Amino acid sequence: MPIKQISVFLENKIGRLAEITSLLEKENINIRALAIADTTEFGILRMIVDKPEQAVKVLKDNGFAAKDTEVIVVKVPDRPGGLAKILKMLKESSLNVEYLYAFVKQSGEDALVVFRIDNIKEAINRFNQTGVETLKAEQIYKL
Amino acid sequence: MIWNPKYECMQRDELEKLQLERLKKTVERVYNNLPFYKNRLDNARIRPEDIKSLDDLKRLPFTTKDDLRENYPFGLVSAPLKDIVEVHMSSGTTGKPVVDAYTRADINLWAEVMARALVSAGATSNDVIQNAYGYGLFTGGLGVHYGANRIGAKIIPISGGQTKRQIMIMKDFSSTIITCTPSYALHIAEVAEEMGEDPTKLPVRVGILGAECWSENMRAEIEKKLGILALDIYGLTEIIGPGVAQECEYKEGLHIYEDHFLPEIIDPDTLEPVPEGEEGELVITTLTREGTTLLRYRTRDITSITYRPCRCGRSMARISKIKGRTDDMLIIRGVNIFPSQIENVLMKIDEAEPHYQLILERRKGLDELTVEVETTPEIFFDEVRKIEEIEARIAKDIEDNLGLRIQVKLVEPRSIERSMGKAKRLIDKRELK
Repeated sequence: MPIKQISVFLENKIGRLAEITSLLEKENINIRALAIADTTEFGILRMIVDKPEQAVKVLKDNGFAAKDTEVIVVKVPDRPGGLAKILKMLKESSLNVEYLYAFVKQSGEDALVVFRIDNIKEAINRFNQTGVETLKAEQIYKL
Repeated sequence: MIWNPKYECMQRDELEKLQLERLKKTVERVYNNLPFYKNRLDNARIRPEDIKSLDDLKRLPFTTKDDLRENYPFGLVSAPLKDIVEVHMSSGTTGKPVVDAYTRADINLWAEVMARALVSAGATSNDVIQNAYGYGLFTGGLGVHYGANRIGAKIIPISGGQTKRQIMIMKDFSSTIITCTPSYALHIAEVAEEMGEDPTKLPVRVGILGAECWSENMRAEIEKKLGILALDIYGLTEIIGPGVAQECEYKEGLHIYEDHFLPEIIDPDTLEPVPEGEEGELVITTLTREGTTLLRYRTRDITSITYRPCRCGRSMARISKIKGRTDDMLIIRGVNIFPSQIENVLMKIDEAEPHYQLILERRKGLDELTVEVETTPEIFFDEVRKIEEIEARIAKDIEDNLGLRIQVKLVEPRSIERSMGKAKRLIDKRELK
């Protein structure tokens, strides 16, 4: 199932990331996974948090451009070729991965990888058909 | 409503007769009272009695801002100093201050032209005018104040800043007219939203906005966001302050009070008059001022003029919305650009916020202009590629309109400084010799 990810626009300025994390801390929001895409001019911070709606609100209220996006969190066997197999399957299904990043925490023997794919419904179907396990929101927040 | 129909609707031939009579007196007075003008006129080989028609105006020498600066503070005062009852100074955003010295009659004139301006924007004695122009040496605050007194409206002399308090007072006193800079009007809308107020529900119905160049698209934005009629007022410290010209409800140019301020439009390079309707620099000769009398003062403001009658019934000529100042015109890689032109393009992009800043830098000997635009939830996407596409699209819009390749940089919301007075649109980082 699709999971809500928070994205925040960041100019490359000192202290902005610290500001965001302390805002989330104040609201007792826990960050489960995080990645930053950066260019020379700006960055996009992407996070999986346990209270996504609340996180977007608190960030917007504090003057950040923030929004939620749907992603899929996939269990990837933690061994050589684990990710390769999944990406090969997506390629064969003509599903384009916009970006992906990994959770730090594992789920048992498996790594957790966040996928952003344009055609999210089709991607979930393909994961299900090929026996790739995707995580539900509750499972992620409980990790 | 027209405050002073006798003058505001005067027949052109009658008006010209009055202007000529006043011009003659003015030239005679400065020639006899001010060594500065005596020298200038002698050098130009003109004597007061040579002024026989309005056409002779163009034989008179120009007065510039530098003349005023060099004669700071009282060198160009054209009345006995004991008769001066008030002084104002320009804010000095573009250099050393210039002084305007007013006699009792000048203050009276100021109240008259400001009364015309306010009434032309629809004000009556029933209105509550929240005056958010700064009070002090800046002419905005007191100019509006005198005009409001003259028409008997209620005035709230709140001055600029403390936006939350402005909004509270606006509601508590049911202010029907706001006077401030256009950028501050937008800021008020923004802060009202933050406070959980619907800015269109505020009691204000008219904004009399000036002291900055602003585009038609910015007007549309302000009118939509605040749910008001936004009208342009024009003036400059050197001439009297606000009240030199004002739009009527038709928004087809600003009526310039020609019986007191004689306008010309010249080509700033050749200094020759340009034909009616063509753009050039506005030049004003004061016809009735006593304390500060200026012959052919070069305002540096770029506009055009029309003498066609207006639907409102006023016969006073109309100048178009000021496009820019000759001194804030940027010449970038040979292309002449006014910040207001860039603003006009930005305002047409639905998702873009009206807050922007221009950064001018010199890289490898070439001037590079970067337009910083604030990100909004509408133009923020989760993907780098899409953000870069938006930047490229805005840059292309500007390039198509102005013929200049520029860079667009999205910045965080609210990261561009909000101004309580005149917005600072340009940051020039070039190190010029």
